[in-house]
Amino acid sequence: MRTLAFAVLGGLAACLAIPPATAQDNASRIEEVVSPGGITAWLVREPSIPIVTVQIQFDGGARVDEPGKEGAVNLAASMIDEGAGDMDNQDFSAALEDISSSIGFGASRDSFSVSVSSLSENIAPTMDLLRIAMTETRFEDRNIERIREQVLSSLRSKKNKPQSVAGDRWYAEVFGDASYAKSVSGTIETVTALTRDDLLAAWDRMIAKERMKIGVVGDIDAETLATLLDDTFATLAQGEALDKSPVPVRETGGLVVVEEDVPQSAVVFGHKGILRDDPDYIPAYVMNYVLGGGGLTSRLTDEVREKNGLAYSVYSYLYPLDRAGLYMGGVGSANARVAQSLELIHQEWARMAEEGLTEEELEAAKKYLTGAFALRFDSNAKIASFLVGAQASDLSIDYIDTRNGLVEDVTLEEVNRVAKRVLQPDNLFVVVVGKPEGMKSADTLLEGIDG
Amino acid sequence: MLAAPHAHAKPVISDFTLENGMRAVVIEDHRAPVVTHMVWYRVGSADEPPGKTGIAHYLEHLMFKGTDKIAPGEFSKTIAANGGQDNAFTSRDYTAYFQRIAKDRLGLVMSMEADRMRNVNIRQEDIVAERDVVIEERNMRTDNDPGGRFREQYMAALYLNHAYGIPVIGWREEIMSLDRDDALEMYERFYAPNNAILIVAGDVTPDEVKALAEEHYGPIESVDLPESVRATEPPHLAARRLTMRDARVSQERIWRGYLAPSYVTDGDTAAALGLLSDILSGGTTRRLPKMLTLETDIALYAGAYYSGMARDLGEFAFYAAPKGDTTLPQLEGALDWMIEDLLENGVTQEELDRARKAAIASEIYAQDSQSSLARQYGAALTIGLEIDDVTNWRDRLEAVTVEDVLAAARAVLVPERSVTGYLMKAEKEGTDG
Repeated sequence: MRTLAFAVLGGLAACLAIPPATAQDNASRIEEVVSPGGITAWLVREPSIPIVTVQIQFDGGARVDEPGKEGAVNLAASMIDEGAGDMDNQDFSAALEDISSSIGFGASRDSFSVSVSSLSENIAPTMDLLRIAMTETRFEDRNIERIREQVLSSLRSKKNKPQSVAGDRWYAEVFGDASYAKSVSGTIETVTALTRDDLLAAWDRMIAKERMKIGVVGDIDAETLATLLDDTFATLAQGEALDKSPVPVRETGGLVVVEEDVPQSAVVFGHKGILRDDPDYIPAYVMNYVLGGGGLTSRLTDEVREKNGLAYSVYSYLYPLDRAGLYMGGVGSANARVAQSLELIHQEWARMAEEGLTEEELEAAKKYLTGAFALRFDSNAKIASFLVGAQASDLSIDYIDTRNGLVEDVTLEEVNRVAKRVLQPDNLFVVVVGKPEGMKSADTLLEGIDG
Repeated sequence: MLAAPHAHAKPVISDFTLENGMRAVVIEDHRAPVVTHMVWYRVGSADEPPGKTGIAHYLEHLMFKGTDKIAPGEFSKTIAANGGQDNAFTSRDYTAYFQRIAKDRLGLVMSMEADRMRNVNIRQEDIVAERDVVIEERNMRTDNDPGGRFREQYMAALYLNHAYGIPVIGWREEIMSLDRDDALEMYERFYAPNNAILIVAGDVTPDEVKALAEEHYGPIESVDLPESVRATEPPHLAARRLTMRDARVSQERIWRGYLAPSYVTDGDTAAALGLLSDILSGGTTRRLPKMLTLETDIALYAGAYYSGMARDLGEFAFYAAPKGDTTLPQLEGALDWMIEDLLENGVTQEELDRARKAAIASEIYAQDSQSSLARQYGAALTIGLEIDDVTNWRDRLEAVTVEDVLAAARAVLVPERSVTGYLMKAEKEGTDG
């Protein structure tokens, strides 16, 4: 029963801001390890707990799904622990259990990720199981069918979750034909039609050494790691880099209302944003902290929640995908009051574009963002996530040392220029799921969302 | 027998008690220059007066509305301006406030938390807006989701008299009438150093923490705490059944819960029940997933859990979702068959050893997160466990035998102590479910 919802922040691993003075200790500890076979990993040695965390990320993810085969990458990813080599899924689970290790996996719009946790004494056999899982995956029909049914069930359940309906509809409207328009797990139609061959084809597109980033944190040295990297990954296909050219994003605002019989309307809103490598990214990040990124302290929270009690959770965030930048947000308000929430959000969006931040707000934002940076490094798992996220965003290995300086250097003039550039109050595209009062209903698209 | 992991580094834990009765636990973690600071109060939704459900949680929200020294909204702003994050949560037995921040700001957060322990100043104008915020929180977590509402009905049925049957956030109708006086009465009675536990985890030494705690929390006077007025749970004599239908359900499911002891009321049985839940559902090799999702293929998922981190009572529960043409009664029949088999034949030594090994490994992995260690100790001490109960939990796990697991299962999995719930799609006209 938290006073605040931080759910959104968790999704932003890839657009990390980096550490304050205190993070320097961590920074100097990042080693680049290159194996004899040419595989690179970033390593932070941390011997105080006898465990090793390995995070592996392949650029690509659901966006390499072919048209009509949406959900293939997600379903193929789920086969990683469903049997490999001479082990069926029961044998494979038992083998992991015997050494108290775990292997997790997941697909997102831009990547396929694998997380490995091992006691340090068992890291070699754990990585060997990972190798088998990734190179000798069985894709047995009975397991494909079982997992397919689970995915279909969750897709059917999603249709009754207002927040999910709002999100899926938003991406569909904003991306049109691009692969980003579809949800990572696909649709009931596409998942139903997927064949074993589709999964094998997806697997070949997902897994490529060329697009692999590895972060390792824990009780392991560089030499041991280098050997393990070759043993585990040498036989993976090299593959090729992906097209990162931008895809079109809807340029005009609008409103879609999807009727659902629920007491609270769920809202997703946003418009085109900027890419992670945009020179204005850091100033935009600082600006968003003030607008809707800063939990209880943001302008959106102050207006919508604190002053008017219209929502428990209201937020905004920059979401830089590989091929499109997005600027998004969300809110949930009772049906009778959601129109008022949206009016206030629109008003704050416009005010920020127009007037920008105050000097005091900029200083407060810098203090928070630079000070809180160290909080992203207080566990091995968090550090490992940072290590792959930084590589995936093409940040340099010393970014951890330089990032706070980048935040400190943001001037009022710069941040306000960027606010005007990035925020487009009249182009906000809004999806409301519920029974909102005072808004047009049943899937009508309107111009703008004023009043 | 499977060998347990050799690795066995324990977290470095120490504790002290201030003269005013405030307990403190220090968990050392020197990997990063940050601290997690938490103050836990021994008051939760189970301590609410009749007709005032939700007041413990509402008060938690109002604690961010300022004190004599701190203006409304300034608490979190001050923490943020120091590069920190703060939040709070309410449960059935406790309410906790926490900050994560650079270690050199520990004194600052202590001074602020100590200030709001006795000097909160809630303005009438914040009362209504914040109550609306709580209603929206309830909408989001519960009322928008048939699964959330079903869960409330199930808990209400599981407890005949004890307040654990009441949702922590409160019943909607009662939240609407909560006011400033209700919140302040709860605050005056329960927010005091002798009803609080301080947890500091991170890059600190026990001496530093003690000096700061004495400076900031030491001067606060203890109060006479009210006697616990919690209702007791009478014997359960009748199995209960619930069916909830809702047009917004797409995946039907069954829930079967049993009233159980907690880690506080019966630690040995709790240890056995924790291992039993792993034997039944801790991964795809375990009984429920293996039998119901792999071998018979009648469930999309199936599992069991033991929830025992509570002062008065625990819960042991089974859940499953039917697959294909399987009906809920058929799935219930399969669950019953597996429960009967368990009660008759018990578990094997190998099953127990695997579950124990997994539990011991998870204790080692848990050390990676100072925040979750802090929560673990905070929850344990607030409900009435001791530091050793947590730190030496492995010893208790090691002592559990297959006979203990069978005895615990037989004591708890009794039909009269159970609630069986079906969450179903809306009934179509002219058909029978």
